[in-house]
Amino acid sequence: MCSVCGCGEAQVVLDKDKPANGHAHPHDHDHGHDHPHDHDHPHDHGPHHHDDGVIDYGQGAAGAHAPGVSQERMVAIERDILSKNDAYARENRRTLAAKGVFALNFVSSPGSGKTALLARTIEALKGRLAVSVIEGDQQTSNDAERIRATGAPAIQINTGKGCHLDAHMVGHAIETLDPEPNSTLFIENVGNLVCPAGFDLGEAHKVVVLSVTEGEDKPLKYPDMFVAADLLLLNKSDLLPHLDFDVGLCLANALRINPHLQTLVVSAKTGEGLAAFVAWIEASAARRAAALAKG
Amino acid sequence: MHEMSLTESIVEIAVEAARKEGASRVTRVVVDVGALSHVEPEALEFCFAAVARGTLAEGARLEITRLPGAGWCPDCGKTVALSERFAVCPECGGFRVQMTAGDELKVREMEIA
Repeated sequence: MCSVCGCGEAQVVLDKDKPANGHAHPHDHDHGHDHPHDHDHPHDHGPHHHDDGVIDYGQGAAGAHAPGVSQERMVAIERDILSKNDAYARENRRTLAAKGVFALNFVSSPGSGKTALLARTIEALKGRLAVSVIEGDQQTSNDAERIRATGAPAIQINTGKGCHLDAHMVGHAIETLDPEPNSTLFIENVGNLVCPAGFDLGEAHKVVVLSVTEGEDKPLKYPDMFVAADLLLLNKSDLLPHLDFDVGLCLANALRINPHLQTLVVSAKTGEGLAAFVAWIEASAARRAAALAKG
Repeated sequence: MHEMSLTESIVEIAVEAARKEGASRVTRVVVDVGALSHVEPEALEFCFAAVARGTLAEGARLEITRLPGAGWCPDCGKTVALSERFAVCPECGGFRVQMTAGDELKVREMEIA
């Protein structure tokens, strides 16, 4: 629940530092983003675009209450609770595939070093693969600025009190960012090892980042994220000489949760393991492109 | 897992279906939640009243059906009960059990008036 994942209560709130005209504004669809549903869009996720590459999610108007009388009856629905998000995710996946964009969704707890790792990886990929980045945080565009300093285009999504990115937000961000054909897209999710696990964004793979300053038992404590991921990056390996962290035990725990998980030990500071990660990205992107070409 | 988002989806799905049915309000919503899904049923209940306020589902009762977990053990060659996503096989103690049921998250039915 909210108090467990730290996302506050009630609804997603507009970034308070930004102009307040985002409140209760209508969902003006002046963008070309195809919505995979046919209803009248009653939900309140109207994003507020800023010129500085930030998309804010504010709260909108509540639905109407229509009084009336009729007999009570049961109606079968049989709809997956995540079906809306999954429909947006399919749409994102289709858009990305059409442009040959290989997308990775980076998930971790706050402070695992995701942004530093991405910046370093972008440097390592220079001249080999074009990269653009979608940054997700509750507040500030600090991370997007750090990424832009590497020369890569980046857009920031501020989720307000939201504790994860969803496929609808990412669809708008993809449209604004407009990644170049046959490039790689990094999506840095909100730092949270719980909530982002269930939300497909349309990525090719989830990459979970864990740092050696956390416990070896994190995969056992937060299994859903390790089940959802295809690759584990164990970051901050440069600190290992100063810690009692058991790398073998940590990887064994992760593999117990997900036997198909691939693992790499890396350091964004010294660059250890980054060559292997870059090779993994290039191989995975090529494999994906080949699979798409085959249809 | 973000139960607030999920609750918003539950209410949206119910309200949308209620509008289609021409109902004036939703009085009960029944959801299936697998025992191995990343959802805390109490958190859903906690969020539901707040999220439903001001919608056709305001005041509706949320009923949560817990579905048991199960998995296929390739070593035993059969389906076994699973209490945790990464639990060992209760028959042979092996780690290779693949989950086959228990991660459901579905709005099953609702009562409208």
